[in-house]
Amino acid sequence: MKSSRFVMAVACLLGLSSAAFAQKQGGTLRVTHRDNPPSASIWEEATISTDMPFMSVFNNLVVFDPKSPVDRLDRVVPELATSWAWSDNDTTLTFNLRHGVTWHDGKPFTSADVKCTWDMVTGVTPGKLRKNPRKTWWFNIKDIVTDGDDKVIFHLKDPQPSIMAMFAGGFSPVYPCHVPANEMRTHPIGTGPFMFESFKQNESIRLVRNPHYWKKGQPYLDAIEFTIIPNRSTMMLAMATGKFDLTFSGELTPELTKTLQAQVPQIQCVMQPTGTQGNLLVNREKPPFDNPLIRKAMGLALDRKAFSDILSRGVFQPGGANMPPPEGFWGWSKEFMETVPGYSADVEKSREQARQIMKSLGYGPDNPLKVTVSTRNIPSYRDATVIFIDHLKTIYIQGEMEPLDAAVWYARLARKDFTVGMNVQGTGIDDPDVQFFENYLCGSQRNYTSYCNADLEKLFHQQSRMKDIDARRKLVWEIDKRLQEDGARPVMYHEKDGTCWWPRVHGLEMAANSIYNHWRFDTVWLDQ
Amino acid sequence: MLQYLLRRLMLMTLTLFGVSIAIFLLLRIAPGNIADILFDSAGMVDPVEKQEMIRQLGLDLPLWAQYVHWMSGLFHGDFGYSYVSEKPVLEEVLPRIPITARLAGLALTFAVCTGVPFGVISAVRQNSWIDYLLRVFSLVALSMPAFWLGLLVLMAFVNWAGILPIYDENPKTWTAAALMYLVPAMTVGSRSSALIMRLTRSSMLETLRQDYVRTARSKGLSEIAVTFVHALRNAVLPVITTIGIETAFLFGGLVVTETVYNIPGVARFLVEAIRWRDYPMVQNLVMFIAVVVVTVNLIVDMAYSFVDPRIRLRS
Repeated sequence: MKSSRFVMAVACLLGLSSAAFAQKQGGTLRVTHRDNPPSASIWEEATISTDMPFMSVFNNLVVFDPKSPVDRLDRVVPELATSWAWSDNDTTLTFNLRHGVTWHDGKPFTSADVKCTWDMVTGVTPGKLRKNPRKTWWFNIKDIVTDGDDKVIFHLKDPQPSIMAMFAGGFSPVYPCHVPANEMRTHPIGTGPFMFESFKQNESIRLVRNPHYWKKGQPYLDAIEFTIIPNRSTMMLAMATGKFDLTFSGELTPELTKTLQAQVPQIQCVMQPTGTQGNLLVNREKPPFDNPLIRKAMGLALDRKAFSDILSRGVFQPGGANMPPPEGFWGWSKEFMETVPGYSADVEKSREQARQIMKSLGYGPDNPLKVTVSTRNIPSYRDATVIFIDHLKTIYIQGEMEPLDAAVWYARLARKDFTVGMNVQGTGIDDPDVQFFENYLCGSQRNYTSYCNADLEKLFHQQSRMKDIDARRKLVWEIDKRLQEDGARPVMYHEKDGTCWWPRVHGLEMAANSIYNHWRFDTVWLDQ
Repeated sequence: MLQYLLRRLMLMTLTLFGVSIAIFLLLRIAPGNIADILFDSAGMVDPVEKQEMIRQLGLDLPLWAQYVHWMSGLFHGDFGYSYVSEKPVLEEVLPRIPITARLAGLALTFAVCTGVPFGVISAVRQNSWIDYLLRVFSLVALSMPAFWLGLLVLMAFVNWAGILPIYDENPKTWTAAALMYLVPAMTVGSRSSALIMRLTRSSMLETLRQDYVRTARSKGLSEIAVTFVHALRNAVLPVITTIGIETAFLFGGLVVTETVYNIPGVARFLVEAIRWRDYPMVQNLVMFIAVVVVTVNLIVDMAYSFVDPRIRLRS
């Protein structure tokens, strides 16, 4: 059933891109936006709020093939690089760059810009970025060398095939060397199909066509206008009345997607994994949670189907750290998942096991373990926390929710000032390197639970070096299983949400396994 | 009269000083700061980067130094830079003020233009069907939260007229331009209108029983002259006070209405700025609103003395 749904989704996505024959020039694409982006600098943010509106200002060295409905390592195609080559020992990656590309301010794009960008994000030239959330992605880069204006060479410490996926992600644009980082936050300059025109705080973002875009004849649109509408009800009404052409990516919950389609049957929608997962954070330094048995019991108490049913009417999917199939490439198969403790369909059996553990530690119905469950004070976090607390009750743990303002949440996580937390977090690319190194590596900034397993870390690096995709996937499954068994950060669900558009919008190229990488808008046109 | 005005101006200055201290301290007492929030969007916190950001924004300075820095800037016309957009505060705020002012003005006009006449009618026709009807309407308007009423109105427009009167920077028709202000103004003004109506009604009922009204009637004056010249003029004093207070309260309603109707005004912007802990933006906006509110109150006080000469003579 799920496979057939996936096939239908892929067919739908393919249908979107195959409509590229009688493209019409002109028009303004009107898109809703959910909130005020913190800045326009993609490198400094880790949110779709920045990525979607500003991705079309830039180009990457390479991208995931826009025509492919799935973002995969073997579906990477050139963009600002015309070709690339690996050295024999797979530690040198050479990009040949496109001639004649100019920045929006007229200056030529050269290899120096590429070097500048990655020197900045790897910290070789520190202090340029105010925040650098994806520094860990590039841990393997030893140095970057330019060879003339049209060639750039990345020397890696170890072979890492996945680095191509990271280069291809929407969060990895090439920045101009000559524009200061602070200016990129307010007035970004790129080589992309659209040029920045205005960013009015809490109001709108407007991009206009780049007449000198290196892809001749593209883009088709004259402009793209994102209107910030924080109120979902207003956004739904505005979309239904045709004031907008496209909703913000993944902004509609499964329920809202159904409602909108029921109200306006001609509106087209697609449900995609948002790359976000709900997971459980347990501070392993705070007693009694320093005891691995309690963490194990908590993992066994989770009923993942209940999360999915209650939060999304069965649309959210269970899985480990990596996005589950059919959309995700690296996630466990259903059969494998059944072998992971706590993922069995027989939830009651797992809970009985958990209760035995709790009893052995002295807890019971008359002596429950009291715990504060911290979470962000927004619905997607709170709702899951309520369900989680309900699950804990079944194993003699009495939880109390502590909703925290956004200003406090990450500061508390960084200080490890929490006992148990319910977290929703996203990753931009469906790739194990991104997932493992960002969230589970000893000392990583996003490793909120300070999980550190030297043996597993060796396996992280081992899978990262592997070229054989099937063999790598098998190892990734095992690593993911170990992470869940260790209670590193038990995953409750993987989210899927909807994006909708009017039939007049053509040429949207979206992937089934990411909402972050396909917002160049250069193939989009309006039939009006 | 001049002495009275001077005294009021001095009080105004003291009030504004108090507001500046209060908003400055309240913002710092609230947990978290802009650095925390900016890292929230990055999903991580790098202590070194965060410390550097705090230093750059001057948030590591002692509180008194931050306050003095803000105040000296204010007196020199330097309102600072927004922490989020990194643009001058004035550049961010100025284009939004006319939008909110227009909306607030229209809402207040609507409230007064409907509240006072309906209050008078309700009082004059006490216990008639129209009185009952208006009282029911006023109770409904008072009880309905602005966000709910706003959504209902939007849905009604969508369902019945097929249009959505939300804000549009470049409205295509004049009706669209009118609707995008009038509908939210009526929504936000409905509560004030109901309050003014009820107050006018009770005040009028009391006045209509006074001896001087009976005298006016016995003089043979027309009912219109009795009601509007003799009764209303005396009944309107508490209504004017309410209008002054409602101006301040209106801002609370505007926050919700600007959100529901997606109007890029000052009220919604202020809430967002508070959420981001954008201190320069919040501090200066609150000061601006405080100036508006105390000025309106001053105008109201001045209006008393014109409506009721006894106040003028007493002072």
